[in-house]
Amino acid sequence: MGIDKGKAVFVGLIFLALALYPLVGDSYGIGLINKVMIYAILALSLELLVGSTGLICFGQAAFFGIGAYAAVLLSPEDAAASIWLLLPACVLAAALYALFVGALSLRTKGVYFIMVTLAFAQMAYYVVHDTALGGGSDGIYLYYVPGMDTWLDLGKPLILYFFTLLFLVWTFVFLAILLRSHLGRALAGIRINEQRMLASGFTTYPYKLAAFVTSGGIAGLAGFLFVVQDGFVNPEMLSWHLSGSLLMMIILGGLGHLRGALIGAFAFVFLQEFFKSTAIFGDFAKHWHLGLGLTIILSVAILPKGLIGLPEWVQMRLFGYRNPRQVERADAREDRHS
Amino acid sequence: MDFSIFLIQLLNALQYGLLLYLVAMGLTLIFGIMGIINLAHGSFYMIGAYMAYALAPLAGGNFFITLVFGLVLAVILGYLLEWAFFSFLYEREHLQQVLMTYGLILVFEEIRSLLVGDDVHGVPIPALLSGSIPLGDVMTYPVYRLFVSGVCLLLALGLYFVFTRTRLGMMIRAGSVNREMVQSLGIDIQFLYRVVFAAGVALAVLAGMIAAPISSVYPGMGNQILIICFVVVVIGGIGSIRGAFFAALLIGLVDTFGKVWLPEASGVLVYVLMALILLWKPSGLFKAGG
Repeated sequence: MGIDKGKAVFVGLIFLALALYPLVGDSYGIGLINKVMIYAILALSLELLVGSTGLICFGQAAFFGIGAYAAVLLSPEDAAASIWLLLPACVLAAALYALFVGALSLRTKGVYFIMVTLAFAQMAYYVVHDTALGGGSDGIYLYYVPGMDTWLDLGKPLILYFFTLLFLVWTFVFLAILLRSHLGRALAGIRINEQRMLASGFTTYPYKLAAFVTSGGIAGLAGFLFVVQDGFVNPEMLSWHLSGSLLMMIILGGLGHLRGALIGAFAFVFLQEFFKSTAIFGDFAKHWHLGLGLTIILSVAILPKGLIGLPEWVQMRLFGYRNPRQVERADAREDRHS
Repeated sequence: MDFSIFLIQLLNALQYGLLLYLVAMGLTLIFGIMGIINLAHGSFYMIGAYMAYALAPLAGGNFFITLVFGLVLAVILGYLLEWAFFSFLYEREHLQQVLMTYGLILVFEEIRSLLVGDDVHGVPIPALLSGSIPLGDVMTYPVYRLFVSGVCLLLALGLYFVFTRTRLGMMIRAGSVNREMVQSLGIDIQFLYRVVFAAGVALAVLAGMIAAPISSVYPGMGNQILIICFVVVVIGGIGSIRGAFFAALLIGLVDTFGKVWLPEASGVLVYVLMALILLWKPSGLFKAGG
């Protein structure tokens, strides 16, 4: 499968806009976009499971949280940790938990898988919430921002911004290549028809496990970046609200496309900021979950294909026809899902 | 451990397990028969508990009249929700069901916050059941907890009877196997689903209402019970009513005695149990439909 030029340009423009944003943004904006980029990395990791492999994981927040807790717990208390050691350690910690969860939960299918991944994430949540290890419900602070010798000071927001952007681009390109590799083709086969894959001699379990562990590792990376930005961890990072929000992001953006996860993360956080804004909603802004919940319900009802399907939907509504190329693609999609 | 303490813990475990069963039962019904994963099910439990608190003044403080009020409201709520939201979800993928019901949780929590506020409340135990019976020489056991176990047990038996022995139960079971076929035989399947859904909601609301005097009424209670009910349903086998019953009792035992013997690990114990059972039997202890 080749690379669609239009899509590549679209994604390239997004990254370019992100790279240019610090020229116009204030410090609040840079912090916010930085956070969104971290969520985008997380959403991409989930997209690998849900959109590309068809495994609906409802516990992605656990891997994110474990990466973050690892970053805090493995940092020495009186000095800054070296990023060369800390970053791989965080990714490894998250990937190891993903290996444990994946090995067990991939024995189940469908709805079971959804519930089992949720329950395992809840288990991790209770471990950090109830034991002395995780500092209880208050979480733990990170006293020194990890660095790379002395020249890369991640305590500076702008440097952290580009550091995060670099990892976002890396994650996107890594997943794009992975999905075009042998492994990616196998994963697509599993999503479309696992029975047929099995019948044609593929042992699907190791492929699914590989996807699960990779996804967990990337989520751990996002957790590390989150800690570097915020300087603390708390159990809410592992909560199922985050897992739900992540699913919402990739569906809002459009399942089955990496750029869907990217768009979805941005759209979701901006929606949140919109409903939270006291300038627009006044005192009612503290009930921002209401607006968010209603939007989620509406988007499920109206836009099952996500924002990526929006141009097509508008075209249908306004002109009553569909672009033949899109019809073809839509048919291909139907085929994939059957 | 002293025998009477053991007995008290055992009764507590049974009571907790039976209460879990009541909530998990609604989850199983809605999933097993209608094929819908309802994340908002925990919210119904939360709504029930808040109803026990908020409706009490209307009922003149009488707990039993409050129960009746709450149940009527629950059935209406369930019926309306099925009509407004869930009837769209039958043909959709699981993922979209998960999302829409997740959206509903957020909406329910905020509506609760708007109507009743975010405070933690207590509900008094009704005077009629506030006594306790002696166990052994010094120990006593509260009558209200026995009442809760009794109500749950009666409902469990009643539902079992309805499902296996009545015409309605037969139609519902048939509908879960083949929706179109049942419809073509002249049975209004849509109405049937609405009834099942309303019953599921009523079960969760009832569980919340009778649990309110034991546990306090607090905002996050719905989510907490939802996750535990997921564990129950997964261990018991999704869609199996019998499985949910045994799994709920098992979880009740493990959780209660875990808190006594291993207090620092009690939160995790249930999930470890789930992991072990899944290692042994990936699709739960019982087959669906049993």
